[in-house]
Amino acid sequence: MNRNATETRAQQPGGSPDRALRLHDGTERNPGIPLDADEIASIRVNRSAVERRAATIPARRTVKKEYQAAWLLRAISCIDLTTLSGDDTPGTVERLCAKARHPLRADIVDALGVRDLQVKVGAVCVYHTLVPTAVRALEGSGIPVAAVSTGFPAGLSPMAQRVDEIRASVEAGAREIDIVITRAHVLLGHWDALYTEVRTFREACGDAHMKAILATGELATLRNVARASRVAMMAGADFIKTSTGKETANATLPVGLVMTRMIRAYEEETGYAVGLKPAGGIRSAKSALKWLIMIKEELGDRWLSPHLFRFGASGLLTDIERQLEHHVTGRYSAANRHPMV
Amino acid sequence: MDFGPAPESDATARAWLAKHGGEFGHFIGGEWLEPESGTRFESFDPSTGKLLGRVAQGSGADVDAAVRTARSAYPAWAALAGHARARHLYALARMVQKHSRFLAVLETLDNGKTIRESRDIDVPLVARHFYHHAGWAQLRDAEFPGYTPVGVIGQIIPWNFPLLMMAWKIAPALAAGNTVVLKPAEFTSLTAIAFAELAHEAGLPPGVLNIVTGDGSTGKALVDHGGVDKIAFTGSTEVGKQIRRATAGSGKRLSLELGGKSPFVVFDDADLDSVVEGVVDAIWFNQGQVCCAGSRLLVHEGIADTLTAKLRARMEKLRIGAPLDKSMDIGAIVSPSQLERIRSLVKQGVDDGAAMWQPSWACPTDGSFYPPTLFTGVSPSAMIAQTEIFGPVLVSMTFRTPGEAVALANNTPYGLAASVWTENINLALDVAPKIKAGVVWVNSSNLFDASVGFGGYRESGFGREGGREGMYEYLHAPSIPLAESRAPSERAPSSPAPALTSLAGIDRTPKLFIGGRQARPDGGGSRRIESFTGALLGEVAEGNRKDIRNAVEAAHAAAGWARTSGHARAQVLYYLAENLAARAGEFAARIEGMTGGDGAREVEASLSRLFTYAAWADKYDGAVHDPSIRGVALAMHEPMGVIGIAAPDDSPLLGFISLVAPAIAMGNTVVAIPSGGAPLAATDLYSVLETSDVPDGVVNIVTGARDTLALVLAEHDDVTAVWYHGSAEGGAAVERASASNMKRTFVQTSPLDWFHARAEGPVFLRVATQVKNIWIPYGE
Repeated sequence: MNRNATETRAQQPGGSPDRALRLHDGTERNPGIPLDADEIASIRVNRSAVERRAATIPARRTVKKEYQAAWLLRAISCIDLTTLSGDDTPGTVERLCAKARHPLRADIVDALGVRDLQVKVGAVCVYHTLVPTAVRALEGSGIPVAAVSTGFPAGLSPMAQRVDEIRASVEAGAREIDIVITRAHVLLGHWDALYTEVRTFREACGDAHMKAILATGELATLRNVARASRVAMMAGADFIKTSTGKETANATLPVGLVMTRMIRAYEEETGYAVGLKPAGGIRSAKSALKWLIMIKEELGDRWLSPHLFRFGASGLLTDIERQLEHHVTGRYSAANRHPMV
Repeated sequence: MDFGPAPESDATARAWLAKHGGEFGHFIGGEWLEPESGTRFESFDPSTGKLLGRVAQGSGADVDAAVRTARSAYPAWAALAGHARARHLYALARMVQKHSRFLAVLETLDNGKTIRESRDIDVPLVARHFYHHAGWAQLRDAEFPGYTPVGVIGQIIPWNFPLLMMAWKIAPALAAGNTVVLKPAEFTSLTAIAFAELAHEAGLPPGVLNIVTGDGSTGKALVDHGGVDKIAFTGSTEVGKQIRRATAGSGKRLSLELGGKSPFVVFDDADLDSVVEGVVDAIWFNQGQVCCAGSRLLVHEGIADTLTAKLRARMEKLRIGAPLDKSMDIGAIVSPSQLERIRSLVKQGVDDGAAMWQPSWACPTDGSFYPPTLFTGVSPSAMIAQTEIFGPVLVSMTFRTPGEAVALANNTPYGLAASVWTENINLALDVAPKIKAGVVWVNSSNLFDASVGFGGYRESGFGREGGREGMYEYLHAPSIPLAESRAPSERAPSSPAPALTSLAGIDRTPKLFIGGRQARPDGGGSRRIESFTGALLGEVAEGNRKDIRNAVEAAHAAAGWARTSGHARAQVLYYLAENLAARAGEFAARIEGMTGGDGAREVEASLSRLFTYAAWADKYDGAVHDPSIRGVALAMHEPMGVIGIAAPDDSPLLGFISLVAPAIAMGNTVVAIPSGGAPLAATDLYSVLETSDVPDGVVNIVTGARDTLALVLAEHDDVTAVWYHGSAEGGAAVERASASNMKRTFVQTSPLDWFHARAEGPVFLRVATQVKNIWIPYGE
């Protein structure tokens, strides 16, 4: 289990660590490691125990007052502000991008005294067609555009087409690609196939960061979530992401906890830090804080940054704005007081 | 990205303290009573050392006043319809919920436990306990027909879960129709006082629940009080033994929930990240001040290093400090004296050479705080591996095989709880029954629910709290009528001189029956047995303590009997009846010769009794409880182990069989001492036992001076239970001696009518078994 990290790096297929890509924060990007089937087979997850832990995490920790305000500002910076609707138009995406640049009303920013922080969201996440619109709208902001790809959300279009889709989005200016895995590979235990698929996507991404959507709501068991997480990381995912937002079950804390533990184990064994992106169903500031608390407790402060943690959300931002206004004024706020997403 | 302070407000609790001027009396008969002695002691917030209030020191007179009040309230409360008592218990449940935050904060102030625990665990469990027992009040008459409440119950509770232990005590007592005098722990009296006050406001009739505060001397006065019908105690094994001795011969019923050194067993196929959280819940819950704390970590050797590393990383993340802060994992140790005890035990562990590890962060120095502590490389012989530390201190050992894990788990005088971690259901359900503990948590730890009985094996005490099994602790079974006349009492051993020269034929003086063989008594002596008219009937071997020792060894060697199926045991009992029936005439004549009674009737009744227990052998099922988790708790009826039985003088065959048959039907092995005066029916059974496929050692029979031999059994630390049917003095001596290893005793000092229909059945099966609850959460 505790294999020497340097050895592992020397074996990995992407070349020597010297040439490995670097993340924004200067740490090394996960290049992936060879698939280890024994390791996948040895993964154990006890669902009841995981659920108990997940239930106690938000009960054991809380943040209040100015600490809460600071945590919520951090939450904003970790949002992948997302629109993934069939009726998206350039107009709605431009509106989203404007909000991404200015996620908080200026008077609240000033009241909090955080103008210097230049708070903005982590990324804007759209379908491929709208990548150019988003890239233009975000120009100069430093906010990357993320594209959902590879036959999102089901991921069942022809492989070549899925790979081409990644290349096209990267070419159109997407710096982050959210790929979806073939759930059947997990459900049938075809770890080789899953590994090859994700590896192929990763190569197609090139310099763009790859988030592997596991669609946990369709993986049936927490053990499958754990195994899929592990294979995706071995295949070189920069992030593992819970959901497309289109499954009936979205990001839940127990699922997140299992993925978090897999990330921790992978980091301990290889030295590579992989990010986590819960997506779908996180709509309140309170639930965002639960996720951040879990990340701090299970992975540590290093992960409390957009380089290693993202929320896939849109409505969440409005609730955070309301809570921050409440912090500033002492009065509960209304959604219509904040510019809509 | 720090957590920052998040204090829970203590305003309501402080206002309540202030309303009482920081001074409290006893709560008796719905009124505040000044302590007779006029003295009070101080109660502190252990996290700051600051004074919270001054609590009445209860004297013997105060206890007496409370017991009298409870007695006078008893008839009306006991006579109340079940539905009426149910409404009161429901009101108590609602009351706890309505004042939940106040009670949680007061508990945290007084005890030092974190507000997270008092708010999310203790107080909700308290409410749950009253809800559950409101149900038992409603159902008592339907579900326990013929059962009656015990009377006035004296209850003494510890300081680690003041409110919860109070609920565990008073909810079943009140539901069954008893009235209560409760003494909270000296360190933590305040929530019991607050509860009693609120209960009074909620309409609980005066005198039904009385609170007398005080120290150990107050508790002793309650234990010794002649007006108390039962003592229920939770606390240390040491005090539990004192209570057992003090109440011996008093006729008081007893339930004791005592200490533990519970094993936490981790197999190599467990989900180790979840194991780590299980350990946190096991030993860093309530600062480790938990009787059922998983304080002995037994890990498969192959994964020990990995688990230790994970544990250390987790320990670094634990937060310790102000218990009212909502982001704390560990609060304060209850008192400076307890803190000192933990320190000295840890120091001794270090001095003994075990590797001690604590997190790098600094532990608060103001108030009573102690950091989470992990010992590795601990040998089973180390003091810290054997002694209950009652602090946040975990000792870790390794094993290689499931068998070795079970052996290590059971290598303790205690038997309260255990935790077993594996993803292999076969392994979990194989190991759980083998661990001697009243509660086994599979892939979990410290789960509690009002529907699931809690209580120990061995020196962790006896009795169960919660569930149907817990209700029996507060109810009297329908009584068995007494026999009309007393059988002949035993005679002194014969002197060596007189020989039976006048008897013709071949001498057939029975030896002892040990391990399936007829063994000569160690002392080489025999005793005369006379008929009810005084005529010499024959002799039996005079057994002594060494014979008892050998019999107990033989009974242990036959432990495989417990693993045979109920069907197999039933067959043996039927076979016994068959072979006894074949010699019915001979046995009838023997009985008539000894007692002058109707021998044929007694043999017939004995055959019926054997059939009864053959019938029960495969039918005394456990239960599947429905706790508040996704999963089940299996309440298994496990045999006690080795039961020592001193059989009654009356009905020498029927009395003997009425006790031995239920014991072996449930899988126990037995060392039986027949009636001292009329043992020949039992010794005649040797050849019946030999021909009935009873495995060697399942039934061992030692004749001789019953009370002397019974005392040897009662003192024997490898005997689990002693049943004594004889004199009041003999019964008291057995109860007193049983304290050495907290044997379960079943003592009857008035002669029973063994022919009666109530002299058989579940009442006897219940004392032949103990309930083990195996919690099995599931879900993939």
